[in-house]
Amino acid sequence: MDFPFLSQTMITLLKAVPMTLALFSASIFFGGVLALLIVWMRVGGNPVLSAIAKGYVFVFRGSPLLIQMFLVFYGLAQFGFIRYSFLWPFLREPFVCAVLSLALCTAGYTAEIFRGGIRAISPREIEAARSIGMSGFLLVRRILAPIAFRHALPAYSTEIVLMMKSTALASLVTVWEVTGVAQRLISQTYRTMEVFLCAAIIYLIVNFIILQGMALLEYSLSRHRRAIPLAPKA
Amino acid sequence: MATLELIGFGSTGWGALLLLGALTTLAVTATALAIGAVLGTLIAGAKLSGNWLLVAIGNLYTTVFRGVPELLIIYLIYFGGSSAVTAIGVAMGYEGFLGLPSFAAGALAVGIISGAYQAEVFRGAYLAISKGELEAASAIGMHRGLRFRRIIMPQVWRFAIPGLGNVWQLSLKDSALVSVTGLAELMRTSQVAAGSTRQYFLFFIVGGALYLILTSLSDRVFNGAERRANRSMPAAAMGQA
Repeated sequence: MDFPFLSQTMITLLKAVPMTLALFSASIFFGGVLALLIVWMRVGGNPVLSAIAKGYVFVFRGSPLLIQMFLVFYGLAQFGFIRYSFLWPFLREPFVCAVLSLALCTAGYTAEIFRGGIRAISPREIEAARSIGMSGFLLVRRILAPIAFRHALPAYSTEIVLMMKSTALASLVTVWEVTGVAQRLISQTYRTMEVFLCAAIIYLIVNFIILQGMALLEYSLSRHRRAIPLAPKA
Repeated sequence: MATLELIGFGSTGWGALLLLGALTTLAVTATALAIGAVLGTLIAGAKLSGNWLLVAIGNLYTTVFRGVPELLIIYLIYFGGSSAVTAIGVAMGYEGFLGLPSFAAGALAVGIISGAYQAEVFRGAYLAISKGELEAASAIGMHRGLRFRRIIMPQVWRFAIPGLGNVWQLSLKDSALVSVTGLAELMRTSQVAAGSTRQYFLFFIVGGALYLILTSLSDRVFNGAERRANRSMPAAAMGQA
Protein backbone atom coordinates (compact mmCIF):
# COMPACT_ATOMS: atom_id res chain seq x y z
CA MET A 1 0.00 0.00 0.00
CA ASP A 2 1.36 3.37 -1.06
CA PHE A 3 -0.08 5.64 1.58
CA PRO A 4 1.42 8.95 0.40
CA PHE A 5 -0.12 8.37 -3.03
CA LEU A 6 -3.48 7.39 -1.51
CA SER A 7 -3.64 10.44 0.74
CA GLN A 8 -2.55 12.74 -2.11
CA THR A 9 -5.28 11.25 -4.32
CA MET A 10 -7.85 11.59 -1.57
CA ILE A 11 -7.01 15.28 -1.05
CA THR A 12 -7.23 15.98 -4.81
CA LEU A 13 -10.59 14.21 -5.02
CA LEU A 14 -11.98 15.88 -1.89
CA LYS A 15 -11.35 19.27 -3.51
CA ALA A 16 -13.86 18.26 -6.21
CA VAL A 17 -16.58 17.27 -3.72
CA PRO A 18 -18.10 20.80 -3.48
CA MET A 19 -18.67 20.73 -7.26
CA THR A 20 -20.42 17.35 -7.05
CA LEU A 21 -22.59 18.58 -4.18
CA ALA A 22 -23.44 21.79 -6.04
CA LEU A 23 -24.53 19.82 -9.12
CA PHE A 24 -26.52 17.47 -6.92
CA SER A 25 -28.37 20.05 -4.85
CA ALA A 26 -29.15 22.39 -7.75
CA SER A 27 -30.53 19.58 -9.90
CA ILE A 28 -32.55 18.06 -7.04
CA PHE A 29 -34.08 21.47 -6.29
CA PHE A 30 -34.98 22.43 -9.88
CA GLY A 31 -35.97 18.86 -10.72
CA GLY A 32 -38.30 18.77 -7.73
CA VAL A 33 -40.01 22.03 -8.70
CA LEU A 34 -40.45 20.85 -12.29
CA ALA A 35 -41.74 17.47 -11.06
CA LEU A 36 -44.46 19.23 -9.03
CA LEU A 37 -45.55 21.09 -12.15
CA ILE A 38 -45.64 17.86 -14.19
CA VAL A 39 -47.61 16.00 -11.52
CA TRP A 40 -50.09 18.86 -11.37
CA MET A 41 -50.50 18.65 -15.17
CA ARG A 42 -50.78 14.86 -15.04
CA VAL A 43 -53.47 14.58 -12.37
CA GLY A 44 -55.22 17.90 -12.93
CA GLY A 45 -57.92 16.40 -15.15
CA ASN A 46 -57.21 18.43 -18.30
CA PRO A 47 -56.65 15.79 -21.03
CA VAL A 48 -54.24 17.94 -23.08
CA LEU A 49 -52.02 18.83 -20.12
CA SER A 50 -52.16 15.24 -18.93
CA ALA A 51 -51.01 13.96 -22.34
CA ILE A 52 -48.13 16.47 -22.36
CA ALA A 53 -47.05 15.31 -18.91
CA LYS A 54 -47.25 11.66 -20.00
CA GLY A 55 -45.14 12.42 -23.07
CA TYR A 56 -42.56 14.24 -20.94
CA VAL A 57 -42.21 11.31 -18.56
CA PHE A 58 -41.97 8.84 -21.47
CA VAL A 59 -39.21 10.78 -23.21
CA PHE A 60 -37.06 11.59 -20.20
CA ARG A 61 -37.36 8.17 -18.55
CA GLY A 62 -36.94 6.27 -21.80
CA SER A 63 -33.66 7.71 -23.06
CA PRO A 64 -30.24 7.78 -21.41
CA LEU A 65 -29.25 10.87 -19.43
CA LEU A 66 -25.99 11.13 -21.37
CA ILE A 67 -27.74 11.74 -24.69
CA GLN A 68 -30.00 14.34 -23.04
CA MET A 69 -26.95 16.07 -21.61
CA PHE A 70 -25.16 16.12 -24.97
CA LEU A 71 -28.34 17.41 -26.60
CA VAL A 72 -28.37 20.36 -24.21
CA PHE A 73 -24.61 20.97 -24.24
CA TYR A 74 -23.77 20.50 -27.94
CA GLY A 75 -27.23 20.61 -29.55
CA LEU A 76 -28.46 23.99 -28.29
CA ALA A 77 -25.25 25.80 -29.22
CA GLN A 78 -25.88 24.88 -32.84
CA PHE A 79 -28.73 27.38 -33.17
CA GLY A 80 -27.89 30.99 -33.90
CA PHE A 81 -30.98 32.33 -32.17
CA ILE A 82 -29.84 30.73 -28.92
CA ARG A 83 -26.24 31.88 -29.30
CA TYR A 84 -27.43 35.46 -29.81
CA SER A 85 -30.15 35.41 -27.15
CA PHE A 86 -29.92 36.67 -23.57
CA LEU A 87 -29.75 33.02 -22.43
CA TRP A 88 -26.38 32.36 -24.05
CA PRO A 89 -24.19 33.66 -21.19
CA PHE A 90 -25.87 30.96 -19.03
CA LEU A 91 -26.14 28.15 -21.57
CA ARG A 92 -22.49 28.57 -22.51
CA GLU A 93 -21.50 27.37 -19.04
CA PRO A 94 -21.00 23.58 -18.79
CA PHE A 95 -22.24 23.70 -15.18
CA VAL A 96 -25.57 25.24 -16.21
CA CYS A 97 -26.00 22.70 -19.02
CA ALA A 98 -25.25 19.82 -16.64
CA VAL A 99 -27.72 21.06 -14.02
CA LEU A 100 -30.35 21.73 -16.68
CA SER A 101 -30.16 18.21 -18.11
CA LEU A 102 -29.91 16.54 -14.69
CA ALA A 103 -32.97 18.49 -13.50
CA LEU A 104 -35.00 17.76 -16.66
CA CYS A 105 -34.20 14.06 -16.34
CA THR A 106 -34.87 13.65 -12.62
CA ALA A 107 -38.13 15.59 -12.99
CA GLY A 108 -39.52 12.77 -15.14
CA TYR A 109 -38.67 10.11 -12.55
CA THR A 110 -39.67 12.25 -9.57
CA ALA A 111 -43.03 13.12 -11.14
CA GLU A 112 -43.92 9.42 -11.34
CA ILE A 113 -42.82 8.89 -7.74
CA PHE A 114 -44.95 11.80 -6.53
CA ARG A 115 -47.89 10.54 -8.58
CA GLY A 116 -47.55 7.16 -6.90
CA GLY A 117 -47.64 8.95 -3.54
CA ILE A 118 -50.83 10.78 -4.51
CA ARG A 119 -52.48 7.57 -5.68
CA ALA A 120 -51.75 5.98 -2.32
CA ILE A 121 -53.94 8.54 -0.50
CA SER A 122 -57.16 6.93 0.65
CA PRO A 123 -60.19 8.59 -1.01
CA ARG A 124 -61.87 8.64 2.38
CA GLU A 125 -59.42 11.21 3.69
CA ILE A 126 -60.18 13.48 0.75
CA GLU A 127 -63.92 12.93 1.25
CA ALA A 128 -63.60 13.73 4.94
CA ALA A 129 -61.72 16.94 4.16
CA ARG A 130 -64.30 17.95 1.57
CA SER A 131 -67.16 17.18 3.92
CA ILE A 132 -65.90 19.71 6.43
CA GLY A 133 -65.65 22.25 3.63
CA MET A 134 -61.97 22.13 2.66
CA SER A 135 -61.28 22.70 -1.00
CA GLY A 136 -58.59 23.79 -3.41
CA PHE A 137 -55.27 24.88 -2.04
CA LEU A 138 -56.15 24.21 1.60
CA LEU A 139 -56.96 20.60 0.74
CA VAL A 140 -53.63 20.22 -1.05
CA ARG A 141 -51.66 21.89 1.71
CA ARG A 142 -53.22 20.16 4.69
CA ILE A 143 -54.24 16.73 3.34
CA LEU A 144 -52.85 15.80 -0.08
CA ALA A 145 -49.29 17.10 0.03
CA PRO A 146 -48.26 15.82 3.49
CA ILE A 147 -49.72 12.33 2.97
CA ALA A 148 -48.44 12.00 -0.59
CA PHE A 149 -44.96 13.16 0.36
CA ARG A 150 -44.80 10.64 3.20
CA HIS A 151 -45.87 7.81 0.91
CA ALA A 152 -43.40 8.90 -1.78
CA LEU A 153 -40.43 9.28 0.56
CA PRO A 154 -38.89 5.75 0.32
CA ALA A 155 -38.93 5.77 -3.49
CA TYR A 156 -37.80 9.39 -3.53
CA SER A 157 -34.71 8.63 -1.45
CA THR A 158 -33.75 5.93 -3.98
CA GLU A 159 -34.13 8.49 -6.76
CA ILE A 160 -31.99 11.00 -4.89
CA VAL A 161 -29.17 8.45 -4.57
CA LEU A 162 -29.46 7.66 -8.29
CA MET A 163 -29.21 11.40 -8.93
CA MET A 164 -26.06 11.63 -6.80
CA LYS A 165 -24.51 8.95 -9.02
CA SER A 166 -25.74 10.67 -12.18
CA THR A 167 -23.77 13.82 -11.36
CA ALA A 168 -20.75 11.79 -12.52
CA LEU A 169 -21.90 12.29 -16.12
CA ALA A 170 -21.26 16.02 -15.82
CA SER A 171 -17.56 15.20 -16.18
CA LEU A 172 -18.28 14.29 -19.83
CA VAL A 173 -19.39 17.88 -20.52
CA THR A 174 -16.20 19.22 -18.87
CA VAL A 175 -17.46 19.93 -15.34
CA TRP A 176 -14.66 18.92 -12.97
CA GLU A 177 -16.46 16.97 -10.30
CA VAL A 178 -15.22 13.88 -8.43
CA THR A 179 -15.50 11.31 -11.25
CA GLY A 180 -13.96 13.68 -13.79
CA VAL A 181 -10.98 14.38 -11.53
CA ALA A 182 -10.67 10.64 -10.81
CA GLN A 183 -10.63 9.86 -14.53
CA ARG A 184 -7.92 12.45 -15.08
CA LEU A 185 -5.84 10.94 -12.25
CA ILE A 186 -6.32 7.43 -13.68
CA SER A 187 -5.16 8.45 -17.14
CA GLN A 188 -2.17 10.32 -15.67
CA THR A 189 -0.99 7.62 -13.26
CA TYR A 190 -2.53 4.39 -14.56
CA ARG A 191 -3.12 3.38 -10.94
CA THR A 192 -6.76 2.56 -11.53
CA MET A 193 -7.50 0.60 -8.39
CA GLU A 194 -6.19 3.15 -5.87
CA VAL A 195 -7.93 6.11 -7.49
CA PHE A 196 -11.12 4.12 -7.90
CA LEU A 197 -11.06 3.12 -4.21
CA CYS A 198 -10.69 6.73 -3.05
CA ALA A 199 -13.48 7.99 -5.32
CA ALA A 200 -15.73 5.07 -4.39
CA ILE A 201 -15.26 5.75 -0.68
CA ILE A 202 -16.24 9.41 -1.21
CA TYR A 203 -19.42 8.47 -3.10
CA LEU A 204 -20.34 5.74 -0.60
CA ILE A 205 -19.96 8.14 2.34
CA VAL A 206 -22.02 10.86 0.66
CA ASN A 207 -24.74 8.38 -0.29
CA PHE A 208 -24.73 6.93 3.21
CA ILE A 209 -25.24 10.40 4.68
CA ILE A 210 -28.07 11.11 2.20
CA LEU A 211 -29.82 7.84 3.05
CA GLN A 212 -29.45 8.45 6.80
CA GLY A 213 -30.88 11.94 6.37
CA MET A 214 -33.84 10.63 4.41
CA ALA A 215 -34.47 7.89 6.99
CA LEU A 216 -34.43 10.53 9.71
CA LEU A 217 -36.90 12.64 7.74
CA GLU A 218 -39.15 9.62 7.25
CA TYR A 219 -38.97 8.85 10.95
CA SER A 220 -39.85 12.37 12.00
CA LEU A 221 -42.73 12.58 9.50
CA SER A 222 -44.37 9.40 10.76
CA ARG A 223 -44.50 10.30 14.42
CA HIS A 224 -48.25 9.66 14.60
CA ARG A 225 -47.77 6.10 13.37
CA ARG A 226 -45.36 5.03 16.06
CA ALA A 227 -46.48 3.34 19.20
CA ILE A 228 -46.27 5.56 22.24
CA PRO A 229 -42.81 4.87 23.66
CA LEU A 230 -42.61 3.19 27.02
CA ALA A 231 -41.41 5.33 29.85
CA PRO A 232 -37.62 4.96 30.12
CA LYS A 233 -36.51 2.73 32.91
CA ALA A 234 -35.05 4.54 35.84
CA MET B 1 -34.35 17.22 -47.65
CA ALA B 2 -30.69 17.51 -46.69
CA THR B 3 -31.70 16.44 -43.19
CA LEU B 4 -33.43 13.34 -44.48
CA GLU B 5 -30.38 12.46 -46.53
CA LEU B 6 -28.14 12.73 -43.47
CA ILE B 7 -30.13 10.23 -41.44
CA GLY B 8 -31.11 8.13 -44.47
CA PHE B 9 -29.48 5.03 -45.89
CA GLY B 10 -27.78 6.62 -48.91
CA SER B 11 -24.03 6.95 -49.36
CA THR B 12 -23.98 10.20 -47.35
CA GLY B 13 -26.50 8.96 -44.79
CA TRP B 14 -25.80 7.72 -41.26
CA GLY B 15 -28.96 5.57 -41.07
CA ALA B 16 -27.26 2.20 -41.48
CA LEU B 17 -24.53 3.04 -38.96
CA LEU B 18 -27.09 4.27 -36.44
CA LEU B 19 -29.08 1.05 -36.78
CA LEU B 20 -25.88 -0.95 -36.39
CA GLY B 21 -25.18 1.11 -33.26
CA ALA B 22 -28.63 0.30 -31.91
CA LEU B 23 -27.97 -3.41 -32.49
CA THR B 24 -24.61 -3.11 -30.70
CA THR B 25 -26.40 -1.42 -27.79
CA LEU B 26 -28.82 -4.34 -27.64
CA ALA B 27 -25.95 -6.82 -27.79
CA VAL B 28 -24.02 -5.08 -24.99
CA THR B 29 -27.13 -4.92 -22.82
CA ALA B 30 -28.08 -8.56 -23.44
CA THR B 31 -24.54 -9.75 -22.65
CA ALA B 32 -24.47 -7.55 -19.55
CA LEU B 33 -27.81 -8.92 -18.39
CA ALA B 34 -26.56 -12.49 -18.80
CA ILE B 35 -23.36 -11.73 -16.83
CA GLY B 36 -25.48 -9.94 -14.24
CA ALA B 37 -27.86 -12.91 -13.95
CA VAL B 38 -24.96 -15.22 -13.01
CA LEU B 39 -23.45 -12.70 -10.57
CA GLY B 40 -26.87 -11.77 -9.21
CA THR B 41 -27.78 -15.40 -8.53
CA LEU B 42 -24.48 -15.98 -6.70
CA ILE B 43 -24.82 -12.80 -4.64
CA ALA B 44 -28.48 -13.44 -3.82
CA GLY B 45 -27.49 -16.97 -2.74
CA ALA B 46 -24.72 -15.54 -0.56
CA LYS B 47 -27.07 -13.04 1.05
CA LEU B 48 -29.67 -15.74 1.79
CA SER B 49 -27.13 -18.33 2.95
CA GLY B 50 -27.12 -17.32 6.62
CA ASN B 51 -23.32 -17.66 6.79
CA TRP B 52 -22.10 -14.33 8.20
CA LEU B 53 -19.07 -14.08 5.94
CA LEU B 54 -21.08 -14.75 2.76
CA VAL B 55 -23.80 -12.33 3.89
CA ALA B 56 -21.15 -9.64 4.51
CA ILE B 57 -19.60 -10.22 1.07
CA GLY B 58 -23.05 -10.03 -0.55
CA ASN B 59 -23.92 -6.83 1.28
CA LEU B 60 -20.57 -5.27 0.38
CA TYR B 61 -21.10 -6.12 -3.29
CA THR B 62 -24.60 -4.68 -3.54
CA THR B 63 -23.70 -1.58 -1.52
CA VAL B 64 -20.59 -0.75 -3.53
CA PHE B 65 -21.97 -1.43 -7.01
CA ARG B 66 -25.25 0.34 -6.36
CA GLY B 67 -23.65 3.26 -4.52
CA VAL B 68 -20.79 4.21 -6.85
CA PRO B 69 -21.41 6.01 -10.17
CA GLU B 70 -21.68 3.69 -13.17
CA LEU B 71 -19.18 5.79 -15.09
CA LEU B 72 -16.53 5.23 -12.43
CA ILE B 73 -17.10 1.46 -12.55
CA ILE B 74 -16.72 1.49 -16.34
CA TYR B 75 -13.43 3.38 -15.96
CA LEU B 76 -12.30 0.84 -13.36
CA ILE B 77 -13.01 -2.17 -15.58
CA TYR B 78 -11.74 -0.60 -18.79
CA PHE B 79 -8.53 1.01 -17.52
CA GLY B 80 -7.93 -1.52 -14.74
CA GLY B 81 -8.58 -4.44 -17.08
CA SER B 82 -6.30 -2.96 -19.71
CA SER B 83 -3.42 -2.51 -17.27
CA ALA B 84 -3.95 -6.08 -16.02
CA VAL B 85 -3.86 -7.39 -19.60
CA THR B 86 -0.74 -5.31 -20.28
CA ALA B 87 0.93 -6.74 -17.17
CA ILE B 88 0.13 -10.27 -18.33
CA GLY B 89 1.48 -9.36 -21.77
CA VAL B 90 4.73 -8.08 -20.27
CA ALA B 91 5.05 -11.26 -18.20
CA MET B 92 4.67 -13.28 -21.37
CA GLY B 93 7.30 -11.25 -23.15
CA TYR B 94 5.14 -8.79 -25.11
CA GLU B 95 6.24 -5.17 -24.75
CA GLY B 96 3.81 -2.29 -24.97
CA PHE B 97 0.23 -1.43 -24.12
CA LEU B 98 -2.56 -3.95 -24.60
CA GLY B 99 -6.13 -2.71 -24.45
CA LEU B 100 -9.10 -4.72 -23.28
CA PRO B 101 -11.66 -5.11 -26.09
CA SER B 102 -14.19 -2.34 -25.45
CA PHE B 103 -17.21 -4.61 -26.02
CA ALA B 104 -16.02 -7.11 -23.40
CA ALA B 105 -15.01 -4.39 -20.91
CA GLY B 106 -18.29 -2.53 -21.36
CA ALA B 107 -20.49 -5.60 -21.10
CA LEU B 108 -18.56 -6.77 -18.03
CA ALA B 109 -18.85 -3.37 -16.31
CA VAL B 110 -22.58 -2.98 -17.01
CA GLY B 111 -23.02 -6.65 -16.09
CA ILE B 112 -21.34 -6.19 -12.71
CA ILE B 113 -23.62 -3.23 -11.98
CA SER B 114 -26.76 -5.05 -13.13
CA GLY B 115 -25.66 -8.05 -11.02
CA ALA B 116 -26.01 -5.91 -7.90
CA TYR B 117 -29.56 -4.91 -8.88
CA GLN B 118 -30.47 -8.43 -10.02
CA ALA B 119 -29.27 -9.87 -6.71
CA GLU B 120 -31.87 -7.75 -4.92
CA VAL B 121 -34.54 -8.77 -7.45
CA PHE B 122 -33.78 -12.48 -7.00
CA ARG B 123 -33.61 -12.16 -3.23
CA GLY B 124 -37.01 -10.46 -3.15
CA ALA B 125 -38.44 -13.12 -5.48
CA TYR B 126 -37.11 -15.94 -3.30
CA LEU B 127 -38.57 -14.37 -0.18
CA ALA B 128 -41.94 -14.12 -1.98
CA ILE B 129 -42.21 -17.92 -2.22
CA SER B 130 -44.55 -19.10 0.48
CA LYS B 131 -42.83 -20.97 3.31
CA GLY B 132 -45.52 -23.64 3.19
CA GLU B 133 -44.49 -24.75 -0.29
CA LEU B 134 -40.86 -25.15 0.75
CA GLU B 135 -41.90 -27.13 3.81
CA ALA B 136 -44.28 -29.27 1.74
CA ALA B 137 -41.44 -30.07 -0.68
CA SER B 138 -39.17 -31.12 2.18
CA ALA B 139 -42.00 -33.06 3.79
CA ILE B 140 -42.45 -35.36 0.80
CA GLY B 141 -38.73 -36.01 0.81
CA MET B 142 -37.38 -33.74 -1.93
CA HIS B 143 -33.70 -33.11 -1.38
CA ARG B 144 -32.18 -29.67 -1.86
CA GLY B 145 -31.28 -29.91 -5.54
CA LEU B 146 -34.66 -31.24 -6.58
CA ARG B 147 -36.47 -28.69 -4.43
CA PHE B 148 -34.42 -25.91 -6.00
CA ARG B 149 -35.16 -27.14 -9.54
CA ARG B 150 -38.84 -27.99 -9.16
CA ILE B 151 -40.14 -25.53 -6.56
CA ILE B 152 -37.79 -22.57 -6.18
CA MET B 153 -36.49 -21.83 -9.69
CA PRO B 154 -39.83 -21.69 -11.56
CA GLN B 155 -41.35 -19.39 -8.97
CA VAL B 156 -38.32 -17.14 -8.57
CA TRP B 157 -38.34 -16.54 -12.32
CA ARG B 158 -42.02 -15.69 -12.28
CA PHE B 159 -41.77 -13.28 -9.37
CA ALA B 160 -38.57 -11.76 -10.76
CA ILE B 161 -39.84 -10.82 -14.24
CA PRO B 162 -41.14 -7.32 -13.37
CA GLY B 163 -37.93 -6.53 -11.48
CA LEU B 164 -35.79 -7.92 -14.29
CA GLY B 165 -37.68 -5.68 -16.71
CA ASN B 166 -36.61 -2.68 -14.62
CA VAL B 167 -33.00 -3.89 -14.50
CA TRP B 168 -33.01 -4.36 -18.29
CA GLN B 169 -34.20 -0.77 -18.80
CA LEU B 170 -31.55 0.46 -16.36
CA SER B 171 -28.80 -1.51 -18.12
CA LEU B 172 -29.97 -0.32 -21.53
CA LYS B 173 -29.49 3.25 -20.39
CA ASP B 174 -26.22 2.43 -18.59
CA SER B 175 -24.89 0.92 -21.81
CA ALA B 176 -24.79 4.46 -23.25
CA LEU B 177 -21.93 5.14 -20.85
CA VAL B 178 -19.87 2.39 -22.51
CA SER B 179 -19.42 4.95 -25.31
CA VAL B 180 -16.53 6.41 -23.27
CA THR B 181 -14.48 3.31 -24.14
CA GLY B 182 -14.93 4.05 -27.84
CA LEU B 183 -17.27 1.15 -28.58
CA ALA B 184 -19.46 2.11 -31.55
CA GLU B 185 -22.82 1.58 -29.90
CA LEU B 186 -25.79 3.90 -30.40
CA MET B 187 -24.54 6.73 -28.18
CA ARG B 188 -21.04 6.71 -29.66
CA THR B 189 -22.35 6.51 -33.24
CA SER B 190 -24.69 9.49 -32.68
CA GLN B 191 -21.76 11.39 -31.18
CA VAL B 192 -19.48 10.64 -34.14
CA ALA B 193 -22.22 11.46 -36.65
CA ALA B 194 -23.01 14.69 -34.81
CA GLY B 195 -19.36 15.70 -34.67
CA SER B 196 -18.49 15.00 -38.27
CA THR B 197 -21.59 16.66 -39.77
CA ARG B 198 -21.83 19.45 -37.16
CA GLN B 199 -25.54 18.57 -36.84
CA TYR B 200 -25.43 17.96 -33.08
CA PHE B 201 -29.08 18.62 -32.37
CA LEU B 202 -30.35 16.42 -35.20
CA PHE B 203 -28.23 13.37 -34.39
CA PHE B 204 -28.77 13.48 -30.64
CA ILE B 205 -32.53 13.73 -31.24
CA VAL B 206 -32.38 10.77 -33.64
CA GLY B 207 -30.20 8.79 -31.21
CA GLY B 208 -32.57 9.59 -28.36
CA ALA B 209 -35.55 8.52 -30.48
CA LEU B 210 -33.87 5.19 -31.24
CA TYR B 211 -33.30 4.68 -27.49
CA LEU B 212 -36.99 5.44 -26.89
CA ILE B 213 -37.91 2.79 -29.47
CA LEU B 214 -35.62 0.27 -27.76
CA THR B 215 -36.99 0.98 -24.28
CA SER B 216 -40.64 0.94 -25.29
CA LEU B 217 -40.25 -2.25 -27.36
CA SER B 218 -38.50 -4.03 -24.49
CA ASP B 219 -41.24 -2.83 -22.16
CA ARG B 220 -43.73 -4.70 -24.36
CA VAL B 221 -41.59 -7.83 -24.42
CA PHE B 222 -41.38 -7.91 -20.63
CA ASN B 223 -45.11 -7.26 -20.23
CA GLY B 224 -45.76 -10.18 -22.57
CA ALA B 225 -43.35 -12.39 -20.66
CA GLU B 226 -45.05 -11.47 -17.40
CA ARG B 227 -48.48 -12.37 -18.79
CA ARG B 228 -47.15 -15.65 -20.13
CA ALA B 229 -45.38 -16.57 -16.89
CA ASN B 230 -48.55 -15.84 -14.93
CA ARG B 231 -50.93 -17.65 -17.27
CA SER B 232 -51.47 -20.41 -14.72
CA MET B 233 -52.29 -17.95 -11.95
CA PRO B 234 -55.87 -16.97 -11.19
CA ALA B 235 -56.74 -13.57 -12.63
CA ALA B 236 -57.17 -12.01 -9.19
CA ALA B 237 -53.64 -12.91 -8.09
CA MET B 238 -52.07 -11.45 -11.22
CA GLY B 239 -52.44 -7.91 -10.04
CA GLN B 240 -50.37 -8.67 -6.98
CA ALA B 241 -47.63 -10.69 -8.63
